[in-house]
Amino acid sequence: MIAAPAMLSSVLALAEGPLDAHAAPELRWAGLALLLPLISGVLCLLCGWMKVRSKLPAALTIAALGGAFATILRLQGAVGETPVVINLFDWISWTWGDGSRFHGFTANVDLYIDRLTVFWMLFVTGLGTLIALYASEYMESDVGKGYTRFFGAVSIFLFAMGCLVMGGNLVMLYLGWEGVGLASYLLIGYYFTKPEAVAAAKKAFIVNRIGDLGLALALFLIWQCYGTVEYAALWKAIEAAPASSEWTAQAIPWLLMLGAFGKSAQLPLYVWLPDAMEGPTPVSALIHAATMVTAGVYLIARMFPLFIVNPDALAAVAWVGGLTALLAATIGMAQYDMKRIWAYSTISQLGYMFLGLGVGTTFGASYHVFTHAFFKALLFLTAGAVMHGFAGQLDIRKLSGLLKVPGFRLVSLLAVLGCFWLAAFPFTAAFFSKDEILVSAFTAKDERVHVLGWIGLVVAALTAYYTFRVGFRVFFGPVKYEPGDEHHGHDDHQDHGHDHGHAHGSHGASAAHGGHGHHGEFHPHGPRWAIRVPLVLIAVGAMLAGWPSYRTMLNHGEPNWVKTQVAQSSAYQGVAAESHGSHDDHAAAPTAAEGEHAHADHGHLVLGMDAHTAVGRLGSLACIAGILVSLYLHLINRGAADALRRTLMGSIATRWIVVGAERKWLVDEFYDWVIRLPLRLVANILSAIDELLLDAGIVNGIGALPAAFGRLFRPLYGGVVQGYAVTMAGGVALVAAWVIWIWLRGAN
Amino acid sequence: MNPIDPQLPPGDPLVMLGLLASAILFAVGIVGFLSRRNMITMFLCTELMFQGAGLAMISYGRQHMDLSGQVFVIFILTVAAAEAALALGLVVLLYRRKETLSAEAWKELAES
Repeated sequence: MIAAPAMLSSVLALAEGPLDAHAAPELRWAGLALLLPLISGVLCLLCGWMKVRSKLPAALTIAALGGAFATILRLQGAVGETPVVINLFDWISWTWGDGSRFHGFTANVDLYIDRLTVFWMLFVTGLGTLIALYASEYMESDVGKGYTRFFGAVSIFLFAMGCLVMGGNLVMLYLGWEGVGLASYLLIGYYFTKPEAVAAAKKAFIVNRIGDLGLALALFLIWQCYGTVEYAALWKAIEAAPASSEWTAQAIPWLLMLGAFGKSAQLPLYVWLPDAMEGPTPVSALIHAATMVTAGVYLIARMFPLFIVNPDALAAVAWVGGLTALLAATIGMAQYDMKRIWAYSTISQLGYMFLGLGVGTTFGASYHVFTHAFFKALLFLTAGAVMHGFAGQLDIRKLSGLLKVPGFRLVSLLAVLGCFWLAAFPFTAAFFSKDEILVSAFTAKDERVHVLGWIGLVVAALTAYYTFRVGFRVFFGPVKYEPGDEHHGHDDHQDHGHDHGHAHGSHGASAAHGGHGHHGEFHPHGPRWAIRVPLVLIAVGAMLAGWPSYRTMLNHGEPNWVKTQVAQSSAYQGVAAESHGSHDDHAAAPTAAEGEHAHADHGHLVLGMDAHTAVGRLGSLACIAGILVSLYLHLINRGAADALRRTLMGSIATRWIVVGAERKWLVDEFYDWVIRLPLRLVANILSAIDELLLDAGIVNGIGALPAAFGRLFRPLYGGVVQGYAVTMAGGVALVAAWVIWIWLRGAN
Repeated sequence: MNPIDPQLPPGDPLVMLGLLASAILFAVGIVGFLSRRNMITMFLCTELMFQGAGLAMISYGRQHMDLSGQVFVIFILTVAAAEAALALGLVVLLYRRKETLSAEAWKELAES
């Protein structure tokens, strides 16, 4: 409540336009967050050129990302309630005609710093730094060319992500959007000698391209409708003329949505993300779980003023998010590859975020992005540590009881903690953020999306089940493991967990793989400090991510920190007025106006209870039920899981469930038949036309003409010099005779 | 015809003689070239044709009262000398390849 006057002034300021950098001298270093990763990217390129064979690229990248993080931390302290535009340099500035609103196009290299920007960059750069540190050890078997390439691409990614989030106009956002796509492509295809990795990289790039087309078209239409692509001017233009009924204005949110669905792996375009797991695990953690895939959420949150005026578009976002969450969760339940399960869980959690956006809680969506970034990075990185130690083994049927394997105790412990977060166990960070989204779904003004709340609860139970399916199988139970088929070139097997791995592994299946390496038996090697430290720090971060909610819960009246961050940005423009407002304890509402709405909203009841209480209880129930089922099937009686699968497979009526979920509901095959096959047919036809008509017919045909003409005269050249001489002399004689004849005729 | 161009009257005996000699030289050269297979003889025949052409130039130079014809021939002789050295060198190389001077031996260079 105290914040209300300040908030009011900030809303006014939003409308009046942002301050420039002179008004905020503390912010003038913001450009460093972009510049440092760029510099380290260039230096990595130099390292590659100079054939550096040390860990220097990693050190450079970690230093640069750390610097960027420090810059953002400093910004966090300095940024006020008013957005600030910092002009780095002028880039595009065209005017024509009289130079009025629709007769000019300006896109400078500006930074638009408001609290949403800083909030987003905080976990992007923070996690980036930690994951780069992790990767410095994880990638060490590739020191040299590959190492340099890896860290160069990571630097480029962070630079592009910075452009995307901090850019002051849509052109910068688009630049960053394509830049992160490029970095993602380079890193998925990191093992470019592996055909699957190359195919996955191409798939990711091409599927993203479809979304990017939507974003590009949206950008064009935004200029056409509002005459500007700069955020500051755009908000003013939208405020002046909020809802045009012209189709161009109506199409903008739909096109933006397409872009967001591509980048954030939502329903029609999600297929690239599971395959993207072909990249090195730190990349999966950083790009394909924590940061890049949230760009779509950021896009919609940033562009929320365009969505809020179009309830149909918002409902579509909500439905796509909810259905994606459900579909991905069902697939995740039936996979056996640990990284793949986490990939589907990422898609599912992103579905939650879009559900949140669609029901109007940009706060809930951003909060979930924030909490998800930490625990999903943690889960991927622990999976990576396991994979690193067990020669690429990721099959959850072939790993068991890792909590008891020396060298893996810490990793396993952190992974299990991560499972609790992903399952949204009561009073973990994800519990609060998911709660926020589901409550909004139940209380949304738009009746069409209420059912999504129930879907969300079902997905919560499924999530808890598949999360702990991995947790119980891999980290609990009897010690048993088989190594994968990748043999890292490490010589440190002897000193890390050598004896213990030997002792424990011997009663597992590893004896069957006795021929592995020269030791006769496989010895898992535990991670060292550069993997352990980031893991612990990220786990601490995941714990702290719930901090704002704890504070709100403990002392009523204190606004949720994340909420204040999101509220003082474009993501909240119009939300308070248009949407259902806050259903949160109203004291936490950052504006007085919203607080009043909150009162009005208490009419929404779920199962006869206040929506907030009901969702909290149902969510906890769903989570615990999922965990208990998982506990029985995957720890206490593992045979029962196989028996259940056999039973389901035995009957025609239920067989499809198992086959469908295990084969990812055949979506890839469906796309193969419906899109790739026709395209390939057309390509083959065109290729045949090219080969037969253009190449063979026209090009080679014209080429053959002189040869055929020459063949006519070839008999004249028989190889007898005198023959040529006679021809020549005869020719000369003929010409002479002709000349003389002309001359004689002329003389007459 | 051209008043600035002084000309001997047509039928000057020396010019006629020169032109006749040049025609004979050229004809002998061409017949020799066509009838012989020995590369050195054929080369000598081309030289004969050359000299026939040179003599025609000198004769016309006299007809037109102009020294350019003779100057030209001096140049042509110089070039012909250089060219003769080159051609004889080629003949020697060709001889080394096939141990014969006959042009027939090189029929395989034909197109067909």
